[in-house]
Amino acid sequence: MAGAAVLGRLTWRLAEVAGVVAQTMRTRTLVLEIDGWSGHRAGQHVDIRLTAEDGYQAERSYSIASGPDDPRLELTVERIDDGEVSPYLVDEIRQGDSFEVRGPIGGYFAWSPDDDGPLLLVAGGSGVVPLRSMLRARPRDVPAKLIYSARTHDDLIYRDELSALGDDVLLTLTREQREGVRAGRVDEDLLRDETFAPDEDPRVFVCGPTSFVESVASALVELGHAPERIRTERFGPTGR
Amino acid sequence: MEELDGNAAAGMLSEVFALELTAARGRCDGCGNIAAVGEARVFVDSPGLVVRCRNCESVLLVLVRGDGRYWLGVQGLTWLELAAT
Repeated sequence: MAGAAVLGRLTWRLAEVAGVVAQTMRTRTLVLEIDGWSGHRAGQHVDIRLTAEDGYQAERSYSIASGPDDPRLELTVERIDDGEVSPYLVDEIRQGDSFEVRGPIGGYFAWSPDDDGPLLLVAGGSGVVPLRSMLRARPRDVPAKLIYSARTHDDLIYRDELSALGDDVLLTLTREQREGVRAGRVDEDLLRDETFAPDEDPRVFVCGPTSFVESVASALVELGHAPERIRTERFGPTGR
Repeated sequence: MEELDGNAAAGMLSEVFALELTAARGRCDGCGNIAAVGEARVFVDSPGLVVRCRNCESVLLVLVRGDGRYWLGVQGLTWLELAAT
């Protein structure tokens, strides 16, 4: 994606829903067909704009879930109960419907194979979405580890896909005890024992709710990871 | 107003800046903290956004859209360092 670093003028394009995949009770993946889409770097997002019949517009950002080489752009959206946009995208939109998108957007929380590894990815909740794109972008020879924290087993997004990655993925549940799955929060001990050491110089991406990101990033710095190798993306207290 | 981080401001910032701004580093005029724009606290509420220093809460940048124009305030930034692409 050499060309993706240069910003063209972002224009709103029409995205048609080509498919819908249920992920969990609160999340689903929209598979989109977008005319003139230029490709993306893993970790980037799109802005979505919905326009009501009376002309009222709402805009939100959603991380791109698909890899750069996947045939279609995918977004995985979590329903925020009092949200303005997500309930429509999760509960109402159907195949064949369309809405406006612009992107790809963002150059900070983004990774390309040229950027090298190893890749240390830490996700809280739906923060796994852009990190899934990175795993899909990763060539086989780049070592990677995803630590993914969710409340319960049923809240895990991409559960089967991630389980198939074996030791590259460590799942941990904060509100459920379940045989064969780690229980507990992502803390300093977990990050020290289960991931790359600071001297392996991993590129680190942390995505999740603000409090999760702050606590994981501080723990990583405490363990000796260089702050400039750690990139973060936070959801607000209500998600997005 | 919803709190996000600098990454969420990328789309609107790209409407007025030719270079990608979230990967740029900036210096807070309030406390001297130097960080990527992507790390800053961002409050989004249409029709605008407010970017604050994560260290000291000072307002770094305000961008408002409406009425056929943009209004950009950068009073809290000493400088920005952008990658030339």
